[in-house]
Amino acid sequence: MVLAPVPSATARLAGLRRELRAAPPAERAARLRELAYSIRRSDLEMISRAGQGHIGGDFSAADIVTVLYFAVLDVRPEEPEWAERDRFVLSKGHAAGILYSALAHAGFFPEAELTTFMEPLSPLNGHPNRRKVPGVETNTGPLGHGFPVAVGMAVAAKLDGSSRRTYVLTGDGELQEGSNWEAAMSASQQRLGRLTVIVDRNRFQQGAATEETSGLDPLDAKWASFGFDVRAVDGHDYEALYQALSEERSLDDRPLCLIADTIKGKGVSFIEDRVEWHHKVPTAEQTAAAFEELTAR
Amino acid sequence: MSTTAAASTATAAAAELHDCRKTFAETLIELAETDPRTVAVCNDSVGSSNLKEFQQRFPDRLVNVGIAEQLMVGAGAGLANGGRVPFVCAAAPFLTGRALEQIKADVAYSRTNVKLCAMSPGFAYGQLGPTHHGVEDFAWLRTLPEMVVLAPADPAETREAMLWAHQYDGPVYLRIGRTKVPDLAPHVPFEAGRAACLRDGRDITLIGVGTTVSAALAASAKLAAEGVDARVLNFSTVKPLDEETLLAAAAETGRIITVEEANVHGGLGSAVAEFLAAREPVPMKLLGVRDEFTPTGSPAFLAEYFGIDTEAIARAARELTGAGQGAAA
Repeated sequence: MVLAPVPSATARLAGLRRELRAAPPAERAARLRELAYSIRRSDLEMISRAGQGHIGGDFSAADIVTVLYFAVLDVRPEEPEWAERDRFVLSKGHAAGILYSALAHAGFFPEAELTTFMEPLSPLNGHPNRRKVPGVETNTGPLGHGFPVAVGMAVAAKLDGSSRRTYVLTGDGELQEGSNWEAAMSASQQRLGRLTVIVDRNRFQQGAATEETSGLDPLDAKWASFGFDVRAVDGHDYEALYQALSEERSLDDRPLCLIADTIKGKGVSFIEDRVEWHHKVPTAEQTAAAFEELTAR
Repeated sequence: MSTTAAASTATAAAAELHDCRKTFAETLIELAETDPRTVAVCNDSVGSSNLKEFQQRFPDRLVNVGIAEQLMVGAGAGLANGGRVPFVCAAAPFLTGRALEQIKADVAYSRTNVKLCAMSPGFAYGQLGPTHHGVEDFAWLRTLPEMVVLAPADPAETREAMLWAHQYDGPVYLRIGRTKVPDLAPHVPFEAGRAACLRDGRDITLIGVGTTVSAALAASAKLAAEGVDARVLNFSTVKPLDEETLLAAAAETGRIITVEEANVHGGLGSAVAEFLAAREPVPMKLLGVRDEFTPTGSPAFLAEYFGIDTEAIARAARELTGAGQGAAA
């Protein structure tokens, strides 16, 4: 099965991006919030229908992914492999649900396709596959893969003298994988100024808090010591995310790390900040209650 | 045919021996000159991968990520995503063993246009011990869908395989030998997915790959003198397997010996046996590394130890054909 883009999606997304960038901050935030909650609602339905998924990490990343796709990334849904596109890599591939929902909202493929999430032979696998889902840059799932690939993307852009940017979103628990620190050393050595790492700092990994497992703090000092410019950002504050993600960076700056302070399961009161919701699936009643909360908020 | 081949083999045995890494370095420079997309990626292996001249000529297009193989392979995939053609170069055991999951997910499963160049494979680093021997690569790599696995046997084939890999849009694994080999005679132009017949024969087929091809040829010359007419195939493409050539060899010679500087469990011998067992079963011997960690010793010692040198190949062929027991086929 091949997923086809929604007609005119490129023009529509570019128009929306222009409007959001030009809008006063409060209006921009309100519109991004609307989108982010719509994207969450679709994801909730996907997970509920599939009986599988990673709702906690999906919802902690939802606002970051929304701000990227609708206000920051220069991408073309109808030409997903346009050479000068900005790159976004979802290194925490288990959050595929939120990525698919955002890609569908952006018009990379019809939202109706989301109903096939994790069905047999669906292109919407539990972890993203670039060969089946337009807009996906690299296949992730095993942790610690996205950032090294993003380093290569940023080197390619730098060799081209291109201004295209590279963003990679990692989980926080994922930073326990050593490959990330291989990538961090090299990104700073190569002054990949237009590479931005965003850490979804929800403080949980699948079984426990990160700090009870193999602690990451002081995380900002770690990144700084690896040669990164480091910013702390509220991962659910749309305007703060927009400003941080669109901060101008030159090709030869230090690479940037945004530590996004997030809440796992953000948006649904009974899911928020509870480790068991890493991959717990809501019952029918819970789905209805969650949907209501995501609509009311 | 056999007389000519024996003569040419004798010439080859006395001829100059080559380190294929030299051809690799020259060809990579040629590819960088002719195609600006070409880049080299390495793990502090500028010296061992013979990239010094490349670095001088194209300093921006050599990405040395440091001693970090997972990053090296991942960054290769990212460079391919950016439209480059990365040749990712590292010693075979570290490229494959250390970064196998990156090879699986970022290169094969993502189907990125990455050329994985495994330098000094097999037991090229003989005395350094099994941590430095790359003998599991065929078994690991050939189980990955989308991956093309190549092991050229001499300098000319190394160049041709690289030119092919460069123009092919997809993942390729290339073994680049360090152990010195002669120029193969006759030279059969490299064709991906196609084994080359270097010597025709009717009694048995000797299948070599990489460094073992010249040994198989030399063995065929010895056997010819004893009245055993051996066919010699150069299986420089390990995957996809040239099934047509295998079927013909099985049907026409009735016996097959595979010889590889790699573990026979999962290696080329396994690939051949898996295929023929279902389609055209014939008596076989699989020569290569057995189920044990390689001991220390020179590459030549290890070739003898594991029975993949000329003498051992000839001996195995005599056993399989019954020659020397008064029952030659």
